[in-house]
Amino acid sequence: MAKVRGAVVVDTEACKGCSVCVVSCPKNVLQLNKQVNSRGYNYSYMANADECIGCGNCGLVCPDSVITVYRAKE
Amino acid sequence: MSNINDIIKPENLVYKKADALSDNIMHYCPGCSHGTVHKLIAETLDELGIQDKTIGVSPVGCGVFAYNYINCDWQQAAHGRAPALATGTKRLMPDHYVFTYQGDGDLASIGTSEIMHAVNRGENITVIFINNGIYGMTGGQMAPTTLVGMETSSSPYGRDISIHGYPIKITEILAQLPGAAYVTRQSVHNATAVRKAKKAVKKAFEVQGKAIGTSIVEIVSTCSSGWKMTPTGANEWMTENMFPNYPLGDIVDKSKPKQEDLEQFPLK
Ligand SMILES: Cc1ncc(C[n+]2csc(CCOP(=O)(O)OP(=O)(O)O)c2C)c(N)n1
Ligand code: SF4
Ligand code: SF4
Ligand SMILES: [Mg+2]
Repeated sequence: MAKVRGAVVVDTEACKGCSVCVVSCPKNVLQLNKQVNSRGYNYSYMANADECIGCGNCGLVCPDSVITVYRAKE
Repeated sequence: MSNINDIIKPENLVYKKADALSDNIMHYCPGCSHGTVHKLIAETLDELGIQDKTIGVSPVGCGVFAYNYINCDWQQAAHGRAPALATGTKRLMPDHYVFTYQGDGDLASIGTSEIMHAVNRGENITVIFINNGIYGMTGGQMAPTTLVGMETSSSPYGRDISIHGYPIKITEILAQLPGAAYVTRQSVHNATAVRKAKKAVKKAFEVQGKAIGTSIVEIVSTCSSGWKMTPTGANEWMTENMFPNYPLGDIVDKSKPKQEDLEQFPLK
């Protein structure tokens, strides 16, 4: 069966590190980075990239619209 | 196992920032519901193709700068007066979509009169109402919507009914007015809620297109700075405390009106 795989791109400079995406991900893909962006926020990143299914939840909930979501069948 | 760069391609795109949002970084605090609601409005303008004939009226409150973020025409009203400004605008330009964007201090306190009469007149406008139970912009003072027992900067011992009265369910009051065509209460605290809220916002603009009365979408929202919580903690607190007092769901829907919705008992 074809496996669905996803990936997200976070605009790290615009992210405010609110964590709303982190708790919305059903696959625990996202974490806040230990690094901060130029405005001092720990930005969201794919800590478990292989797990992403491209469901789009993180993009939907991000108040600052900084997540773009992609999905492909393998 | 494919490489991430094989997935990140235009043909695999499933979700991106709404075209009608500007590139300005929003001034809102991390996790603020205002930002999420802005994008739902922007997505609606994109999907209905009405960006160039939509006029927003921004409030006094944290939402005052909404005009910096949603690319349509805007006016900015004095505190609570957005429904009056929207009334005049819509009547002069009935072929445009006119919406107000208002907080609970704006709509349910200083602007109670304006919203009441606009809805009672059945103005063909859309009202987006952000209820975070607090005066966010001015430092988290008690609002008419503040929950009983809720601590705010002006009710440090919690809202006390014997002194401050009850939290006002203004949306339920507005729903009773004959001019209300579509009234719903939603939230944006998780992906399911965002999907439902998006449908509601889009429907509210579609109802405006039918010119059958006022459409109102209340969004029960967080103010993590004013509530002194983390953004995710505020979402949990809202789920536990705000939703029982402000239950989610449609309250009025006359988008397919029945005859009795329209009847007004003519003089004999
Ligand atoms: C006529 C007038 N009175 C009072 C104020 C001060 N003021 C600014 S914002 C605000 C409350 C805003 O609260 P709300 O509408 O709930 O918006 P929020 O910031 O919570 O989104 C007040 C009282 C003002 N700007 N103008
Ligand atoms: S698209 Fe879905 S699975 Fe992938 S990071 Fe976002 S929420 Fe998680
Ligand atoms: S929801 Fe958006 S702003 Fe908040 S941490 Fe995630 S990417 Fe950053
Ligand atoms: Mg408020």
